[in-house]
Amino acid sequence: MSEPGEFVVAAVLVIPALSAALLALLPDDRTSAWLNAVASFLTFLCALVLLAQRPSPGPFLIVDDLNVVFIVLSTFVGFTTSVFSATYIAHELEIGRLTHAYLRFYHAMYQVLMFGMNLALLSNNVGLMWVAVELATLTTVLMVGIYRTPAALEAAWKYFLLGSVGIALALFGTILVYLAARAVVGEGLDAMAWSVLVERAAEFDSALLNLSFVFLLLGYGTKVGLVPLHAWLPDAHAEGPTPISAVLSGLLLNVALFAVLRFKIVMSANPGALAPGPLMVALGLLSVLFASFMLYRRQDIKRMFAYSSIEHMGIVTFAFGMGGALANFAGLLHMTLHSLTKSAIFFCVGHIAQVKGTQRMADIRGLTVSHPVLGWGLVVGVVAIAGIPPMGIFMTEFLIVTSTFARQPVLAVLLGLSLLVALGALLARLNGLAFGDPHGSREPAKASFVPVAIHFALVLAAGIWLPATFVAWFQHVAALLR
Amino acid sequence: MTPIALDVAHLFAGGLVLASFMLLYQDRMTGLINTFALHALVVSLSVAWQAYIQQAPHLYITAAIALVVKALVIPFALHRIIVRLGIHRTIEPVVGTGQTMLAGIGLVALSIMVMLPITPQAGTLAREDLAFALSVILLGLLMMISRRNAVSQVIGFMSIENGLILAATGAKGMPLVVEISVAFSILIALIVIGIFLFRIRERFETVDIHVLHEHRGEQP
Repeated sequence: MSEPGEFVVAAVLVIPALSAALLALLPDDRTSAWLNAVASFLTFLCALVLLAQRPSPGPFLIVDDLNVVFIVLSTFVGFTTSVFSATYIAHELEIGRLTHAYLRFYHAMYQVLMFGMNLALLSNNVGLMWVAVELATLTTVLMVGIYRTPAALEAAWKYFLLGSVGIALALFGTILVYLAARAVVGEGLDAMAWSVLVERAAEFDSALLNLSFVFLLLGYGTKVGLVPLHAWLPDAHAEGPTPISAVLSGLLLNVALFAVLRFKIVMSANPGALAPGPLMVALGLLSVLFASFMLYRRQDIKRMFAYSSIEHMGIVTFAFGMGGALANFAGLLHMTLHSLTKSAIFFCVGHIAQVKGTQRMADIRGLTVSHPVLGWGLVVGVVAIAGIPPMGIFMTEFLIVTSTFARQPVLAVLLGLSLLVALGALLARLNGLAFGDPHGSREPAKASFVPVAIHFALVLAAGIWLPATFVAWFQHVAALLR
Repeated sequence: MTPIALDVAHLFAGGLVLASFMLLYQDRMTGLINTFALHALVVSLSVAWQAYIQQAPHLYITAAIALVVKALVIPFALHRIIVRLGIHRTIEPVVGTGQTMLAGIGLVALSIMVMLPITPQAGTLAREDLAFALSVILLGLLMMISRRNAVSQVIGFMSIENGLILAATGAKGMPLVVEISVAFSILIALIVIGIFLFRIRERFETVDIHVLHEHRGEQP
């Protein structure tokens, strides 16, 4: 057992938990914002160490090839978002949208959210993972409602109801998995441990596993935002503070998807069980189709990008559902790049909504003229998210469509078509937002551009040149997903 | 396990399904809250019985928490809240009691048909408990979608939690999750009651969710 590895795993969890407690006590806003960023950065560093130092799996925590990808991504975006959050929040305080007491609450909740997500990713116990996902859900519910406007309250309420129904279904599925495992492994913690479940999955009762997967897919699928369980997602993104929109889209959806993937691995290890792929393909494709058409009618800028998140989570679910080395690789990479791109877009959108004082797209025009850096940042982001070369998302979408074409041409045509539909919607909107005569305030924005630049640079780099070690790493993880 | 022990376990689980049906047709807030207290009482009896026949003393804690928090504290708090909000006399129109009950019967039939054939190896007790638990969960979902009042929806959600506790205790030897999930259900209930209701009250002077829907973010 490697001691330093265990220490680092503990640090990834303890740093957010401790700083949440500290931030809840600290009265000063400037220090809090700064401390929030430092804590997130330290967590990210520890996550990086996990790449090299890996402890052996215990009964509660595990670090394996699959979750390490998610942890590094999650802590990285968590850190950049906290940097963005510092400038964003300063402005909100200035215009009086948030009070000091709420701000203290906001910072503490941000770290609790990080703790919940890291715990969900690191847990080796299906029950513990469920608790962690629930914790993350509850904190985001509270943060979505933080502005206390009628719209924010409705969004939080809707999110709370749908999220908790989803999480209830997921718990029922978890109980069924335990029952399936208990008959083989015996009572106790082992019957809920990932490492054991995957190893012994072949002996489980397949009918029980099938039923549990349906519940788990519906339950955690609600949190992924898969159509028809997506109704909470656009509201929650549009009405909460923008850093939370970025974290929701970039991270929390991934965490829920990660839970589905874990159970998918168990399912595919059992020869008698239903193939999980077609279910995921169906839900994924439905999400992509639905969301890409819904993009056309959006009036609110954050709501539009929320629908785009539904679309991209649909693509990723579709890719993982198709399975196979290539589709899994593309799905994993697509998920990573989507997290980076979408959170960067939300960073830009947050500042844009602040300088313009509105989220209505009709009132935002000519950004490249009035605010060149923000405007061009948005242009780059939309180009990336719409899947236009040379950005990385073009490559992953291309890989997913072509690998599908070889196996299921009809599905590939449908997927390709809806990608084009989404591209059209995004570009049409972008034209109005970024170009033409500027509308509204021309005041220069106090914005943090560094996180945006880093994210876009990574996405661009992924589109042009992927290091061989990185490719090998992702290929290895893709092979694990079967 | 003696047949009588099984019978009593089934009695409590079946009683929980019955209480869920009773929740469906309550049209007064006070009646609804009292029925929920009954629901929680039945679940705590059921858990206590499981603790006894499985010889799992830690389940008594779960039973006690269900009894104290869900059957006493939360109903009491909800009574206070509805009085303060002035909705304690309101008759809430329950959309089509007949149809809702029929749909509920359909859901129970569905969960029995789904659970019984595929869980023979889970053991007799767990098998029927799971069928009952799934019924309670589905009935709770039905209640959440057929009600428009925030308090009723919270009660629907808490009845789902009760169903989950029934399922978790029926699965013999399930580690740690029971305690944690109970703690979380309390947390949820507190958060919902404390924050949402008072915030909703503050803003709109009503807890009717339909009023909220008029504030949709998507203005043309």
